Amino acid sequence: MSERGITTEHRALMLEEPLIFEQGAEGRTGVDLPRPQTDDDRLGGVARRGPIGLPGLSEPQVVRHFTRLSQKNYAIDMGLYPLGSCTMKHNPRLNERLARLPGLADIHPLQPESTVQGGLELIDRLAHWLKTLTGMPAVAMSPAAGAHGELCGLMTIRAALEDRGDTRARVLVPESAHGTNPATATLCGYSVSAVPANRNGRIDLAALETALSADVAALMLTNPNTCGLFEDDILAVADAVHTAGAFVYVDGANFNALVGRVRPGDLGADAMHINLHKTFSTPHGGGGPGSGPVVLSEELAPYAPLPWVVHDDAGFRLVEHGDGKELGRMKAFHGQMGMFVRALAYMMSHGADGLRQVADDAVLNANYLLARLSDVLTPAYPGSCMHECLFDDEFLKGTGVTTLDFAKALIDAGYHPMTMYFPLVVQGALLMEPTESESKDSLDRFIETTRALAQRARDGDAAWFHACPQFAPRRRLDETSAARKPVLRWRPPDKDAAA
Amino acid sequence: MSDLRFTKDHEWVRLDGDVAVVGITDYAQEQLGDVVFVELPAVGKTVAQGEETAVVESVKAASEVYAAVGGEVVEINESLGAEPGIVNSDPTGAGWFVKLKVTKRDEFDTLMDKATYDAYLAEIS
Amino acid sequence: MLRAIGVADVDALFSGAPIEARQEAGLNLPPHAGELAVEKKISDLAAKNLSAGSVPSFLGAGAYRHHVPASVDHLIQRGEFLTAYTPYQPEIAQGTLQALFEFQTQVAMISDMEVANASLYDGATSCAEAVMMARRITRKQKAILSGGLHPHYREVTATHAAYVDYNIVANPPDALGGEDLASLVDEETACVVVQNPGFFGHLSDYAPLAAVCHGHGALLIVVVNEVVSLGAVVAPGTMGADIFVGEGQSIGNALNFGGPYLGLFATRERFVRQMPGRLCGETTDDDGRRGWVLTLSTREQHIRREKATSNICTNSGLCALAFTIHMALLGEAGFTGLARLNHANAIRLADRLGQLNRVTLLNRSFFNEFTLQLPCRADEVVAALAERRILAGVPVSRLYPDQPELADLLLVAATEMNSESDMDSLQDGLDKILR
Repeated sequence: MSERGITTEHRALMLEEPLIFEQGAEGRTGVDLPRPQTDDDRLGGVARRGPIGLPGLSEPQVVRHFTRLSQKNYAIDMGLYPLGSCTMKHNPRLNERLARLPGLADIHPLQPESTVQGGLELIDRLAHWLKTLTGMPAVAMSPAAGAHGELCGLMTIRAALEDRGDTRARVLVPESAHGTNPATATLCGYSVSAVPANRNGRIDLAALETALSADVAALMLTNPNTCGLFEDDILAVADAVHTAGAFVYVDGANFNALVGRVRPGDLGADAMHINLHKTFSTPHGGGGPGSGPVVLSEELAPYAPLPWVVHDDAGFRLVEHGDGKELGRMKAFHGQMGMFVRALAYMMSHGADGLRQVADDAVLNANYLLARLSDVLTPAYPGSCMHECLFDDEFLKGTGVTTLDFAKALIDAGYHPMTMYFPLVVQGALLMEPTESESKDSLDRFIETTRALAQRARDGDAAWFHACPQFAPRRRLDETSAARKPVLRWRPPDKDAAA
Repeated sequence: MSDLRFTKDHEWVRLDGDVAVVGITDYAQEQLGDVVFVELPAVGKTVAQGEETAVVESVKAASEVYAAVGGEVVEINESLGAEPGIVNSDPTGAGWFVKLKVTKRDEFDTLMDKATYDAYLAEIS
Repeated sequence: MLRAIGVADVDALFSGAPIEARQEAGLNLPPHAGELAVEKKISDLAAKNLSAGSVPSFLGAGAYRHHVPASVDHLIQRGEFLTAYTPYQPEIAQGTLQALFEFQTQVAMISDMEVANASLYDGATSCAEAVMMARRITRKQKAILSGGLHPHYREVTATHAAYVDYNIVANPPDALGGEDLASLVDEETACVVVQNPGFFGHLSDYAPLAAVCHGHGALLIVVVNEVVSLGAVVAPGTMGADIFVGEGQSIGNALNFGGPYLGLFATRERFVRQMPGRLCGETTDDDGRRGWVLTLSTREQHIRREKATSNICTNSGLCALAFTIHMALLGEAGFTGLARLNHANAIRLADRLGQLNRVTLLNRSFFNEFTLQLPCRADEVVAALAERRILAGVPVSRLYPDQPELADLLLVAATEMNSESDMDSLQDGLDKILR
């Protein structure tokens, strides 16, 4: 059996777990359902024939399976998760409890409005917080995630331009932008022109002015940008864009650095999405769901997508059909209600003062990392940062260790790595975002670990780095063969081959 | 059989009579890493010099391959479908991408020869 | 910390922000509140709503109330699942990745398609993505939307296709079923989008339409927004669909007032590189052990940027996990049994309501939802029944307000959650109001 002299593949608490399809037995089920009272069929001749192939498992089998799987994940609940640009902050459990109240979780989106007044009021209240925090007069609540919000915002801009008979062909995107920005612009029918950064990692104002012309619809800008730096020319940038008759779209992924302190509306933003799953702590859930409301200027507000909530003497109403000026609809129903509840609970818990402290602490923590690591890693840009700090791979030069190796070594040291190789403008980038959730003790431990690893790289221990991680549930995985010969689902073993 | 010529986008081209064989250079495959997929044009398609003619993908990157010379696609390297790794192991031989029936022979003459390309590589790396 | 950084105070770190934009006075929002206060305030809002489970409820129209086993919510609340990010470091995200691999397999199995992605936002946005994908594959620019497609799906598709030179042809609402789509398909058609069961509840065999589509080089997209039906109805793939789009909310996920939900998306292997969204694939690690990674990422925005198949980044990860766990619990016997139970309850309810004076059942076929024609406006009946604490169904006018000929139609859904006494209440209430 095993070379380690034990008869299983398990290693203490690290339990190997086959797929559900490799377990179970025919006819077994983990749910005790009543029997149907009739076998009649009104399926109009399309009753399913033949089996589906799903495995039959009992409840204990299923509970064990997914508990074992969960133990193969790193999570913010386990430790510091410095994944830059992703804002991995603590997810308060009060918010989870509230989102599960039957009065919020168990209401149907098409119930009569009179029976969901509390739900509509909650959306309205969250909208008020978002507008006030950003200094913007309107908000579209329905987009399902950040990228979906970008699409909504940019479509709003295009609708407004077309309404004034202004057809424009291009969208400007800084080189350091998230990949969603150019992808979104293309979906809106725009071509994309890149705007270079200056030596300080900010948008090059002169280059921007050159790139601006009467065929530019919008500039898509992240602020603080993906290098963790505040765009300090932002007012001049916005002025230049507006003078050219274009709009400023702000990617709000990094709003955590500004919340309660700086209102994007005061910086010249015309539209901005807000990732509730970043700034307002709704859990990431291994990749989603998110929620991406978009705040809009007065000029763009009439083009906001359906639906929206209005309030009058009779109570709250949902406007589900517009006057034709609006964009249409971004998704079915009214938005990510489950995320709204969690975000509102987070906002109310923190209040205006607490949210301001969120930004303060997030920026303080990132600068502390930057200061304590600057002598061993190489900062990509001079000066302080906002909520995340960026290093390049200069400190690894000549060591035979890459950014990837360094990240994998952090795994063995018990941490989730930072964001690697993004933004693209920085060679071998390492982007760290500690968020406000970390204490000084926690940061100090991470700093000591990172410093020790940097020292080890300098000491010429490249082979050790190349072998990392050694203690994770899996060693490095072969992504090349995964992509060359994709196996994207389980299939029953070929009976002929087995015989 | 003639010698190889090169573009600044790291494609190579070789002329066999009026048919140009196009691929990516050793430097290009080195930069990309393990090639996992190659998207090739339809036979019969006509491309102009510098126009996108194929896409080559590694795990973390996708790059356009441009026609080093203009012409009609007369053959594509079908074996790259099953074995894209040939691009890494033999970029200027079995790892070729497309064969083009050349219309303007002088386009070939404008490309870099080996010495010039090597000097170009030394300059950018 | 400030000393290590070398600044006097935190304000100094914000010096890049223009002075006029700094909020020195503080915002006009309430100060922080304690846990008890927040819990009270939000609970008060919740108490103003009539939760569907507290009364007889028969709403469907793309969102269905089903029994979710207790272990589903227990497991998805494990912090290792709940508070993990997208699995970008596969060595320490095998839990999420293996669950996604299982999810992809389940979705491919129930739809009888070859390959499924790791989820999109919801059924409607998945439908829009499918229509865009058909345009990339066929390089044609006309999409035909069935009159049985959910109106929100029609609107969302039109919105997403607004700026990419795409002719979206929406067939009129098909309340009676049996619309002729085959005659609309021509050489310019990229895809035809149908829904099964349709918005009005009718079931159809789309195999003949698939053949017509393929004869014209078009794709057939089959939408299923009540995914439980796949336990009883011939799967889209079996009918010849090229793309399957689903709303997965029914399995594992609560109504949540409309979101977050779960977009299901599956297709044929040969189209996989045109598919949007994340994909999890099998591989091995340095020790030769089986493991999972995100793969074929070059389709996605973070690599392909303006040439990506979609701009999607975040998906519905945790909703997909809930789906996977619930489906694992059900298994073949449970899933098909659940479907039979739904169908049996709907037959029982349809027969009872169809007998009422001046009420007509429009469906010859249905799964767990059907359309009733009433002698008056359906929204007024629904409002009157809501006063009696009965959630009777969805008046079609809620979604088609500009179509007066549909104003007397009521969509009624029955699931395993509806008891005999729920049905008594609805039958009795409807009878009294219409009398």
